[in-house]
Amino acid sequence: MDLARHWRLKDQRYRLEGTVCADCGAKFFPPRQVCLECKSTNLTPREFNGHGELYSFTTLRSAPMGFEDQVPYTVGVVKLDEGPMVEAQITDVNADALKIGQRMEMVTRKLRAQGDNGLIIYGYKFRPETKAD
Amino acid sequence: MAQRKLGRGVAVVGAGMSKFGAFPEMTTRDLFAQAFREMCATVDKGFDPQTIEAIYLGNYSSDLFEGQGHTAPLLTNWVGLSPRPATRVEDACASGGVALRQAVLAIASGAYDIALVGGIEKMSSLATEKVTDTLATAGDVLFEISAGFTFPGFYAAMATAYLHAYACPTEALLNVGMKNHANGALNDKAQFGQRIADIMEARKKSAAKKGLPIPTWANELEFLRDERANPYIALPLRLFDCSPISDGAAAVLLVADELAAMFTDHPLRVIGSGQASDGALHDRATFTAIPAARLASQQAYAMANVTPVDIQVAEVHDCFTIAEIIASEDLGFFEAGQGWRAAQAGVTARAGTRPINTSGGLKSKGHPVGASGVGQVIEIWKQLRGVAGARQVAGDLRLGLTHNVGGTGQTCVVHIFERA
Repeated sequence: MDLARHWRLKDQRYRLEGTVCADCGAKFFPPRQVCLECKSTNLTPREFNGHGELYSFTTLRSAPMGFEDQVPYTVGVVKLDEGPMVEAQITDVNADALKIGQRMEMVTRKLRAQGDNGLIIYGYKFRPETKAD
Repeated sequence: MAQRKLGRGVAVVGAGMSKFGAFPEMTTRDLFAQAFREMCATVDKGFDPQTIEAIYLGNYSSDLFEGQGHTAPLLTNWVGLSPRPATRVEDACASGGVALRQAVLAIASGAYDIALVGGIEKMSSLATEKVTDTLATAGDVLFEISAGFTFPGFYAAMATAYLHAYACPTEALLNVGMKNHANGALNDKAQFGQRIADIMEARKKSAAKKGLPIPTWANELEFLRDERANPYIALPLRLFDCSPISDGAAAVLLVADELAAMFTDHPLRVIGSGQASDGALHDRATFTAIPAARLASQQAYAMANVTPVDIQVAEVHDCFTIAEIIASEDLGFFEAGQGWRAAQAGVTARAGTRPINTSGGLKSKGHPVGASGVGQVIEIWKQLRGVAGARQVAGDLRLGLTHNVGGTGQTCVVHIFERA
């Protein structure tokens, strides 16, 4: 995950920007160039509102490189209200309290610090929906 | 779906493998040569290896595991087969099964009469976290791995969804591991030649020897439920739900069916072959099935003109225990949601009516990823020819199946074999 790669993904990481098919209306995250539903290539950017339901999750006790200092941490798959599924870390909650189907919302968090200079990478995570929304 | 037929029949006439395990003293070349020599020795009527016309090699990532690319011509040269065409096939953990399919299609097309299928991976030269990272490149690096997912994490998310959807207890997963270790204990090529009970007793002995308190596990299930003996890797998956890091190689000799009698009176005909692909986990409508596995098996059944109930022995891709349960449903052996019940009732055990992974599976035999799909064929070869020794399934076995998955199901390849 080098700096240039992170920069290319900034619209996804900061704004949950995917695509919508101008022909059939199917929505995608991550963004795509070809619609999986009608195979149209007429897709335009679409920002998702970041709300959805927890489809599945797990807590990792064994971390990959770059995540050693976060272990144990919880990752999950959120089905956005608009359709697409997003894989992300789950935050601000005790994993024992998580339930499939519960309401979730996107938040922007530090994903990890990278390299010798400690460049901090920010991006989306999900947490249980707060009442304020 | 159009029912496809091979242009001409293809048969397996030889099959061999190295031992699977962690072998710091052996190179990839040593392992491949070992599998190749054993394969040659299994050809009943003998044959001249120089009659091999082409080589298809399943290998996931010698580049990242060993810093060695271009593996196919290297290993082809190593067993004395240059200048024959040598092709490496990479589809993650399904590399071996897809290499097999490429060789089947090449012979069926008439391009070759005799082809060697190899599978190889040497994973143990890297530290565990680097192996995890290397395997992770089989996922979507931009949108899955960067979120902190790992392969145990993917299959754990599938397990969480499955347990929830079908009210399946986590013990059902542990049962799969116990069953596969019991099978692997009877396989001298298996990485773990031990039942869970053997491992448990060894731990007790080791504690006694060191003067430490001796654990009081009464049975395998108690041992597997103990967080210290069997720690969680990714909830609900524990260490003994995961296949190991392995080195190993396997080799299979394929010939045009019309030539098979020159090699053996007991070939295995490849009567069904199917393969399908899919997107990453976030592109799936469900986590409780692997759609590509359903498609690949439907293609293979249609080509073979058989149904799931006809299959007498199957080697399925149990990279994690949950994967075997899902596979048993994707292959049509059990209805969706019934796979765990069948496993718990002993239906998939060696003495059950639907034996799965009699070799020990990837869980106990080992999972050198590029070799695994080819290694599965060796077990079907032994079972259908009645030479599986202590783990031989009883009865007149005629039909066997292999099911090999890449990633979380971005690739699946299924083959059906019939003893001639």
